[in-house]
Amino acid sequence: MTALTLTNVNKSFGTVEVLKDINIDVEDGEFVVFVGPSGCGKSTLLRVIAGLEDVTSGEVRIGGELMNLTPPSKRGIAMVFQSYALYPHLNVRKNMSLALKQEGQSKQVIEERVAKASKMLNLEPYIDRYPSELSGGQRQRVAIGRAIVREPKLFLFDEPLSNLDAALRMNTRLEIANLHQQLDASMIYVTHDQTEAMTLADKIVVLRDGRVEQVGSPMELYNNPANQFVAGFLGAPSMNFFPSSLIGERADITTGIRPEDLFLADEGPITANVTHVEHLGGDTNVIAMMQDHQITARLFGQYQVDAGETVRFGYTPNRTYRFDQHGTRL
Amino acid sequence: MNKARQNPLNTAAMHGALILYTLIALFPVFVIIINSFKTRRSIFREPLALPDAESFSLIGYQTVMKQGDFFLYFQNSLIVTVVSLAFVLLFGAMAAFALSEYKFKGNTLMGLYLALGIMIPIRIGTVAILEMMVATGLVNTLWALILVYTAQGLPLAVFILSEFMRQVSDDLKNAGRVDGLSEYTIFFRLVLPLVRPAMATVAVFNMIPIWNDLWFPLILAPAEETKTLTLGSQVFIGQFVTDWNAVLSALSMAILPVLVLYVIFSRQLIRGITSGAVK
Repeated sequence: MTALTLTNVNKSFGTVEVLKDINIDVEDGEFVVFVGPSGCGKSTLLRVIAGLEDVTSGEVRIGGELMNLTPPSKRGIAMVFQSYALYPHLNVRKNMSLALKQEGQSKQVIEERVAKASKMLNLEPYIDRYPSELSGGQRQRVAIGRAIVREPKLFLFDEPLSNLDAALRMNTRLEIANLHQQLDASMIYVTHDQTEAMTLADKIVVLRDGRVEQVGSPMELYNNPANQFVAGFLGAPSMNFFPSSLIGERADITTGIRPEDLFLADEGPITANVTHVEHLGGDTNVIAMMQDHQITARLFGQYQVDAGETVRFGYTPNRTYRFDQHGTRL
Repeated sequence: MNKARQNPLNTAAMHGALILYTLIALFPVFVIIINSFKTRRSIFREPLALPDAESFSLIGYQTVMKQGDFFLYFQNSLIVTVVSLAFVLLFGAMAAFALSEYKFKGNTLMGLYLALGIMIPIRIGTVAILEMMVATGLVNTLWALILVYTAQGLPLAVFILSEFMRQVSDDLKNAGRVDGLSEYTIFFRLVLPLVRPAMATVAVFNMIPIWNDLWFPLILAPAEETKTLTLGSQVFIGQFVTDWNAVLSALSMAILPVLVLYVIFSRQLIRGITSGAVK
């Protein structure tokens, strides 16, 4: 069964079209990540699914049922917000149990579910504290706990990690991945961070300017991007683009090569002037100018390359991508 | 911390200026209170002297207690002020919430229309208000005053509160909606506690003009049983003779309740004033 089906969803604010003809299916138990640059409409799409915004046209079905006019609390969803959005006047226990009380669950059920969620998220020591007495990571766990206790058909995460520092972000990312395995629930996760998208998703939906650019598994999108935007958005450092004339091909075509597919070669076809070198230990990023196009090479291991040097790169021909003037993959 | 703030000379100058201002502001109040405890003769002979054994007298307070139903005036003022404030805060906050939270046609226009009241003094409409009160039979009731003061306070309240409510996190309100809270619960339980400093600011700005007003009590409710404190005190001021003991005593007593309400709101008020400047 499909957990969520969006059919021809459009959303406009006044004359501004924010979402244009969105069609997405989310299968039961699937982890789907919406990714795209800021302002691409991914958060609006999530709010449309949650029922916080109405669609202008199109259908939103959750678990097969048409939900266009159903209020958020009746949709069988739970949402985790970027700013945590904990109720400041309630302690952790009450924050988690409020929604269940509103649903009219019995005291026993509420207690059981809160206990289970707080154990799963290691929140037991803080259960009687107020949000202002918790750290950022703890607050985010409470916010996730508040979603878990409702046992929803569909979890919605709105950039839940962007307010956390780098170390905590990685831990929480793993926790969310674990949670998905344990709960076996369908989840939709919105982020602008392609690393989060690549590591968490079963399926990635890449959005740009309110349109779906491509849908697929992380590796599918990485190895087989439909266009220049998707190719450049996924992968870090991002793919190098330059006119094909620089490697002796047609001038009206753009060539893309991933940084890790470039390697140092004495007789390599690409000659470039090194402008900057990043020594990361495990790998070395060489940023160089190829005439007036900047390219980045990610070399595995440690290399002694200095800025100002002229180096030559080689590449594997079948690991290159070609795009036409409109950015469509050839 | 910048250098200027740590410099002891600057600190001294800053405190000196503040103390001077405090003295100037409190001086009239101080003069009223000390003179209310003196005999009439010593009020005029040495207005700035503290009451001593010879000049001490409670005659003013005795006159006030005897003449007129002073406690009734007191009660009227308090009822009018507290009920008007409650209405201003409740309806002001509700209107502000609607304006800041919901998108509807004419939202901006409605906001401007409500803010227009800040610029137009309500006293311009006195005649019309009086005619309306006569027609509805509300003349010489406390309701006449409460309604007028509520109308008078609403524009500023809506203006200030809607600005503050816009700053309340959308995520928080949406979290409430996802959890199944009604719009009323979201308003009363989530939003109102977060704009409490702004509410205190509005309360203080409205409280003092209402308490001190003489115009509307004189026109709309001059009857003995609905007189407010300010109006009641006027009986001691005559065209030819003024009973200064009584006037000063009445004024001294009128300060008290405002002082109490102010202390209640002041802690919130300070946070309200600084909350825009410091996050």
